[in-house]
Amino acid sequence: MSALLAQLPDVTSDNVSAVLFYLFAIMSGASAIGVAVSRNIVRTAVCLLFTLVGVAGLYFLLHAEFLAAVQLVVYAGGTLILIIFGVMLTSKSPFSRFEPKLGEVVIAISISSILLFALVLGIARTSFASDPLVTELYPVDRLGQVLLGDYLVPFEVVSVLLLVVMIGAAYLAKGRRREEDETGRRPTMSRRAREWS
Amino acid sequence: MPLAELNFGTIGLHHYLFLGAVLFVSGLLTILVKRNAIGILMGVELILNAANVNLVAFNAFSHGGGPNGLRLDGQVFAIFVIVIAAAEAAVALAIFLNFYNNFSTIDVERAQNLRG
Repeated sequence: MSALLAQLPDVTSDNVSAVLFYLFAIMSGASAIGVAVSRNIVRTAVCLLFTLVGVAGLYFLLHAEFLAAVQLVVYAGGTLILIIFGVMLTSKSPFSRFEPKLGEVVIAISISSILLFALVLGIARTSFASDPLVTELYPVDRLGQVLLGDYLVPFEVVSVLLLVVMIGAAYLAKGRRREEDETGRRPTMSRRAREWS
Repeated sequence: MPLAELNFGTIGLHHYLFLGAVLFVSGLLTILVKRNAIGILMGVELILNAANVNLVAFNAFSHGGGPNGLRLDGQVFAIFVIVIAAAEAAVALAIFLNFYNNFSTIDVERAQNLRG
């Protein structure tokens, strides 16, 4: 495997990965700023999609191929679809706007820029101990061993958490109507059902 | 000019950390500015992604080594963060649907029942 890696031309590989890094970084960073400044909620969701795809590309560059696939499938394919369904269900028109007050915007932008300045300064002044990366071409088997070996207990706890969340989300979304049924009162229609009837 | 002669510099840990800082600050700005509850949820997702970028970058650039050679703790943490973000989005959307059914809006400024 190391012989295979040594055959790769070093400078070109560096250049290609640098170009890809800047491509994905600009894509995700600009889309993240777009999420913050966009007024339209649907446009915000599309910007979030591009951010997630750019971060998945960065995972590819960092030799985390499985994580990139998980990011694309779970985040861009699952969570974002869930959010877009939420947008669809909670807005009478998808272009409804709630303008924030000007003072709030000024305070938010000043807090954010101060925090960004502090973070960039702190990162630039710190030198991190950097070991050379041990590259394996397909570290997915190692990832599985770690996930079911060292991290077995958190893995099981997370699976229980997913079950709890599934039941809890179903209960939260439907619970109110069932309670009113049990007290014998006439079940009130949900707002959407009233709109459609 | 052939591509091999161009020099775009070496991408190090700092580049990824700068990107993580930009993502985090964008998420914070989104949370502070948006009045739509789902927009605030998107800001939370951005912040979780910034944390994930930092975790994976630290794993790739300064992993501990160790007897087995390759440590993947950062990637495992990132997987847990992704799972918990999905769970959080599901519960938050259920709460927002209930809120919309009660108040017929998704504006967080209208959730004032507990104001003293």
